Amino acid sequence: MIVANRKPLAEIREMVENCDKILILGCKGCVTVCNVGGAREVSILASILRIARKKEGRLLHVDEMTIERQCDPEYIEQVKDRVGQYDAVVSMACGVGPQFLSEAYPAQRFFPAVNTTFFGGAIQHGVWAERCAGCGTCIIHYFDGMCPIARCSKSLLHGPCGGSANGKCEISKEVDCIWDKIVRKKMEEGHLKDLLDPKPPKDWRTARDGGPRKSVREELVQ
Amino acid sequence: MSELKSGSNLEKVLKAGHFAFTGECGPPKGANVEHLREKLSHLKGKVDAVNITDNQTAVVRMSSWAACAILIQEGLEPNFQMVCRDRNRLAIQSDILGAYALGVRNMLCLSGDHQTFGNHPQAKNVYDIDSMQLISLVKKMRDEQKFMNDEEIDVAPKLFIGAASNPFAEPFEFRVYRLAMKIDSGADFIQTQCIYNMQRFRGFMKRAVDMGLHERCYILAGITPMKSVGMAQYMAKAVPGMDVPESLIKRLRGAGKGKVAEEGIKFAVEQIQELKEMEGVAGVHLMAIEWEHRVPEIAERAGMLPRPKV
Ligand code: SF4
Ligand code: SF4
Repeated sequence: MIVANRKPLAEIREMVENCDKILILGCKGCVTVCNVGGAREVSILASILRIARKKEGRLLHVDEMTIERQCDPEYIEQVKDRVGQYDAVVSMACGVGPQFLSEAYPAQRFFPAVNTTFFGGAIQHGVWAERCAGCGTCIIHYFDGMCPIARCSKSLLHGPCGGSANGKCEISKEVDCIWDKIVRKKMEEGHLKDLLDPKPPKDWRTARDGGPRKSVREELVQ
Repeated sequence: MSELKSGSNLEKVLKAGHFAFTGECGPPKGANVEHLREKLSHLKGKVDAVNITDNQTAVVRMSSWAACAILIQEGLEPNFQMVCRDRNRLAIQSDILGAYALGVRNMLCLSGDHQTFGNHPQAKNVYDIDSMQLISLVKKMRDEQKFMNDEEIDVAPKLFIGAASNPFAEPFEFRVYRLAMKIDSGADFIQTQCIYNMQRFRGFMKRAVDMGLHERCYILAGITPMKSVGMAQYMAKAVPGMDVPESLIKRLRGAGKGKVAEEGIKFAVEQIQELKEMEGVAGVHLMAIEWEHRVPEIAERAGMLPRPKV
């Protein structure tokens, strides 16, 4: 899923500084799963903003709503009657949400309340970790299902580099060296030879480097 | 290894069977050419080639190829270091051509320290290709006269290709295989990470020799003299993939006030003498970090002078 973090409160407050009436719009997709932009977080942010404004002696009217998905025109339809009434709509979805909303309702201002970070999952309660960088050409079958593009700090295809120590990456003791894991697994299995074949330089055109991407499924296009 | 690949002094020295001795110099943090020339003056005639580092530890410095060109003016032979951190394949290939055009004949292919270590941690990291692929690329440019995309090169760069090896990084058992991969990819010579744990290095070399790697490539052992107890402790703790045995720190500490640097040099000299006798070791790469003026003394005491004329 897409993982995100809520923006610092000060930043959100600054965005809505000149507003008197806002809608905080949550999403039931990935951001609900990573506890950052679902109905619960919408309600928490709404209360915090109301209270903060009240302290200043200026009231902020905050409405709350959470829709199925903000990355889908079908669900975005649901807010049709609401937009236009607000000084701003604060989206708690990933970066896709406020953009789809802006495209659908150009007259309404939309603000992002979260920083979208990576594709990953929860590795323990409350901790999410990156697993994929969306490079567009998956090669993890060569590495026992571990992705060196997203999980090696240098995206090496022939690792580990000389900085690998105690299973950790040279950049931080908090970061696992994925190459250490790949090599150990291959050695354990007796498949070290798999790693000794040189891999060609990656064709980054399928990644973001090739420009903004689009997927067209002919059979579905009407 | 029949005819010369690049014709560099380093290649000739190694090919003639001499025990090679290379040095290192970091370009200035600025355009202070005088300071660079001063540092280089200590190395002239004392080493077979001088590695010029490429934004080492991800700190911005004068570009490696430009410092190489100054070094050539000074009558020394550079070993142009290039990291994959800062350049994509376009910049890599054009810098290789540019460096060659300026007279560079040796090149060391590296991944490079991650930019979080340096003074611009906010930088975007490139890593378009990795060090293994860089080695193959330089080889392709030299031997096939082709760019990565197979287009013909009009006057191909003929470089003596170097690569690094860290016998002390983990997983240890894999390190000799990684060395073999670099040789398979086209490395003509290897310069290792600084060695402090000689026993472990001996074990590594034994495996390399058992695999016949020393016959396919020249292996130069890396030496960095310790200047102080603080430096030894820092390297032991803070530098990933560095093995500094406690016994060495103890030895340095035991030297007493004002005598630690001398003890560090003494240890380095002993190491060089031991390495000269070690099977499979073709030379020493002396990385005297900001200590270029001590290189002549170390070279002399280790019996590395005079350098062969080939
Ligand atoms: S190889 Fe590419 S697509 Fe596959 S997991 Fe890694 S970044 Fe994602
Ligand atoms: S230490 Fe491991 S994860 Fe970190 S850059 Fe090196 S190979 Fe990649």
